[in-house]
Amino acid sequence: MTKDVEVRVEDKLYQNRYRVDSGRSHITVTPHETPSAELLALVKLCPARCYELNGKGQVEVAHDGCMECGTCRVLAEGQGDITWTYPRGGYGVLFKFG
Amino acid sequence: MTEKFDAIVVGAGMAGNAAALTMAKRGLKVLQLERGEYAGSKNVQGAILYAAQVEKLIPEFREDAPLERHLVEQRFWMMDDASHTGLHYRSEEFNEERPNRYTIIRSQFDRWFSKHVQQAGAIVLTETTAVELLQDPRGRVIGVRTDRAQGDVLADVVILAEGVNGLLGTRAGLRERPTRENVALAVKEMHFLPRETIEARFNLKGDEGAVIEAAGTISRGMAGMGFIYTNRESISIGIGCIVSDLAKTGHSPYELLEAFKRHPSVAPLIEGSEVKEYAAHLIPEGGYKAVPKLCGDGWLVAGDAAQLNNAIHREGSNLALASGQMAGETVAELKGRGLEPTARNLALYRTRMMDSFVMQDLKKYKDMPALLHASAQNFFLTYPQLVSKAMQNFVRVDGTPKIEKERRTMKSFFAARSIGGLVGDAVRMARAWR
Repeated sequence: MTKDVEVRVEDKLYQNRYRVDSGRSHITVTPHETPSAELLALVKLCPARCYELNGKGQVEVAHDGCMECGTCRVLAEGQGDITWTYPRGGYGVLFKFG
Repeated sequence: MTEKFDAIVVGAGMAGNAAALTMAKRGLKVLQLERGEYAGSKNVQGAILYAAQVEKLIPEFREDAPLERHLVEQRFWMMDDASHTGLHYRSEEFNEERPNRYTIIRSQFDRWFSKHVQQAGAIVLTETTAVELLQDPRGRVIGVRTDRAQGDVLADVVILAEGVNGLLGTRAGLRERPTRENVALAVKEMHFLPRETIEARFNLKGDEGAVIEAAGTISRGMAGMGFIYTNRESISIGIGCIVSDLAKTGHSPYELLEAFKRHPSVAPLIEGSEVKEYAAHLIPEGGYKAVPKLCGDGWLVAGDAAQLNNAIHREGSNLALASGQMAGETVAELKGRGLEPTARNLALYRTRMMDSFVMQDLKKYKDMPALLHASAQNFFLTYPQLVSKAMQNFVRVDGTPKIEKERRTMKSFFAARSIGGLVGDAVRMARAWR
């Protein structure tokens, strides 16, 4: 199965329930000139597609759709590419089924 | 909050609930912290529940627990792009009075579980994120800092049941953050269908259920698995791959899931369904060698936070229940004997774990994660393709003499792996299994 299928992640996330802590991101990307291999990998790897490349080729994060899986923490926190903490109590993704 | 508790449990998943319930039932003053809106709202699993472990905690659980279907059939599929080769086991003996395995929906089950924890007397504080462990100057854990105003709470002992992505233990340096080689990222969707449709498609009646575990080209040469579980009125379908493999290959998890859903063997099973949720979660896959230190001065760790998952038998929450219960029992026992929860006394937890099926099973398969990971191309790509070709060659009748067909099949195996490679794989697999 070598062909990749087009997927609209935003449509998937639309089914989910969130209580977004506006203006308080629980993930931050460390400012950088050129992104590390890990940061670049997150653009593809993040299941909620929270990570995107901006016009200057730097990686940015938008936490709204985050499912708090921790994949980015495992990959990129240790080397200082990102900071990761839990959303405040009661905020973030609220799984209906889990 | 200035009152002091006998124990604080961080997290209200399987491990945390098992620990909190065990201690509360023994009369300990227990505080449980959960960052979600309710117990279960942050928890994700396939999910299969094994009854034996739940029975030990709540013997009459079948009376009112939200169970979906009891499993009567297990299917293992080895897949290539167009086919699957299956091993199915179905038995009428699973239609028993006290079934052994059920599918569950975690947010519902955990909510029910938490009700029992509260009825036993534990205080469950939801919408409260634990942000760090409080330690005395000598490093002994004495409580937890939460994100509430005046949010420090003190206790004799803290049980960390904070999940695979738990922050407290790693922030305090009690264990390392999981490595990318030791966790899989799984994505899952909930597909709703009328129950009669599910029963017809999976050959089920009443509350019978079936599960499919699938491996092969769906993970594109990475170490990974797909799964399809039948609930009462929904189907959980998902796929997980080791994070380091995903990072290296650049495959997106949602694209893998989409391709799995569109596979000709899978698509008819979920056709016409309504998707109501998309979830993602990490699964500990490192096995025995990835298990961190289990306890120390004033603390214990249980469940996914301790990387406890038997990946071969799909026992994550089962080990969480067992370890949570053992952690709770250890704390209650020390309290009963008037012993301080020092590192030395809490080592009883480690001893219990080592003597139990939890660590014995993980030890049995200790070499499996590394083998599957190192040989992912062979086990998840080459062999499934070869097996599929061999099966097709066997069942397709086209006038070619059978001896010639067999020769072709053998040739394709040797060409792909060589005799040494085949024998080596077999020996390595047998050793890792033993």
